[in-house]
Amino acid sequence: MTTPGHLRVVRPGLLTTVQDLGRWSHQVDAVPVAGAMDVFSHRLANHLVGNAPDAATLEITLIGPELVVEADTVLAVTGADFDLSCGDAVVASGATFAVRRGQVVRFGRRHRGARAYLALAGGGVLTPPVLGSRATHIVSHMGGLDGRALAAGDALPIAGAATCPPNRARGLTLPSGGRARLRVMPGPQDDWFGDEAWQALTGVSFRISPRSNRMGYRLEGPPLAHARSGEPISEPVTMGAIQVPAAGEPILLMADRQTAGGYPKIGHVITADLCMAAQLAPGEFIEFDRSTYREAVTALIARERELMAQMTQPQNGGPAR
Amino acid sequence: MQIRQAGDAMLLVEFEPVIDPLVNQRAIELGRLLRARGISGVRDIVPAYCALAVHFDPLRTDLAALERAIAEDGRETSTVEALPEPMVHEIPVAYGGADGPDLQAVADFARCTPAEVVERHAAATYRVYMLGFVPGFAYLGRVDARIAAPRRRVPREVVPAGSVGIAGEQTGVYPIATPGGWQIVGRASVVMFDAGRTPASLLAPGDLVRFVPR
Repeated sequence: MTTPGHLRVVRPGLLTTVQDLGRWSHQVDAVPVAGAMDVFSHRLANHLVGNAPDAATLEITLIGPELVVEADTVLAVTGADFDLSCGDAVVASGATFAVRRGQVVRFGRRHRGARAYLALAGGGVLTPPVLGSRATHIVSHMGGLDGRALAAGDALPIAGAATCPPNRARGLTLPSGGRARLRVMPGPQDDWFGDEAWQALTGVSFRISPRSNRMGYRLEGPPLAHARSGEPISEPVTMGAIQVPAAGEPILLMADRQTAGGYPKIGHVITADLCMAAQLAPGEFIEFDRSTYREAVTALIARERELMAQMTQPQNGGPAR
Repeated sequence: MQIRQAGDAMLLVEFEPVIDPLVNQRAIELGRLLRARGISGVRDIVPAYCALAVHFDPLRTDLAALERAIAEDGRETSTVEALPEPMVHEIPVAYGGADGPDLQAVADFARCTPAEVVERHAAATYRVYMLGFVPGFAYLGRVDARIAAPRRRVPREVVPAGSVGIAGEQTGVYPIATPGGWQIVGRASVVMFDAGRTPASLLAPGDLVRFVPR
């Protein structure tokens, strides 16, 4: 029998949460989906250490943590590009690295991207699943570790000892210069917005407000006027929806969105581009391009091929350090 | 009934844009029929007041086949003209005092006494139209127009779990402590949502609710 493992939190970082592919199929009870903001990087991190795509990773936001790994295991970090160290050694993002029990993994300076994903061999973070998922949803205090972000002194259950072949991957091409272009499918409330609103949406850069979080990004720019008055009757919403309250400041709904909302939606960011949105930080910029369903699916297939190509590449990392 | 795309991963089936038990029942029924089909790629089926969302994985779903299934089942549910025998829940509520800090404000709005507000709120049988906001929060309608006070101008930073609120012609019970702007008239002593319980949510769309003053 192996000794159970733990991940001890010395410093939690700005916002570090346990995430997976989300808590689906309970939205009828208003249970939010949550899950990784950048699903591409989450899946890649799991692949590198030999986990299933839905194993729980740590989502690390802007400022990374310092963790003591209480197991002989293998880790990989993908997504945002941070300086990383394990014990006294510098380790690379996007590659597996072996850790001995008691070693300290430190996140240093962040160079690009907003969110990193830390995966651990042997099945990842093993906090108890809630309604079939380990994803943390902070507002409803659900999943992860007691439904909250990690704090100093926490101990997260992980597999006691695990190994996997060395592996590395290039990872997601992160947004550069603090901005990204995202493609938007119009609707479903097309009739609530005139040409002016569309010209405003696609004509300028929107700044991601500091009042943004995993639920949604408030976007600062020209107000998007409603072409009619009132509010639609509350209806289900999904990640990527751009909802526009009467004051005209759009909100891009992200992973921790509520299950339903009563604001008209001018459009939806396509799934292929949501991982790029997830890698932008408050204060950075979004530009929108109008898109179609056909383009959205083509882009998603391309994104999936990009991920598959990185997953099937020969394991050329040499022995895990 | 109209099927609209809401991005590349959700279809929104829209019914007549009204808050009406029969329209709501059609959305619920359509959801039930579609769920029973077990369509490949579908991640979640979510009814609302007068719409039904079908969340799907665009890479694992035959969109045309999904739309055909919705149209077929929609033809069946569009003829729903009667409501099924509902589940009826009686929820005990302590009205007023510290449990219902806005009871007087609602009475002022209604130009009646707090006791009359309680009487009117507890006299109605409410339908669960949908759940939203936080896990287990059910939107109940309709509140007697005479006590249908609008939301507070300044929302509270914390509304305690179990609080019973009024917002216009809607009423509901807060399952967990959360910020909220509804007029709080009382406190229910039942657990509205428990992830460790099956079903997790006390209330489901289509159920009926009566509040019992205690």
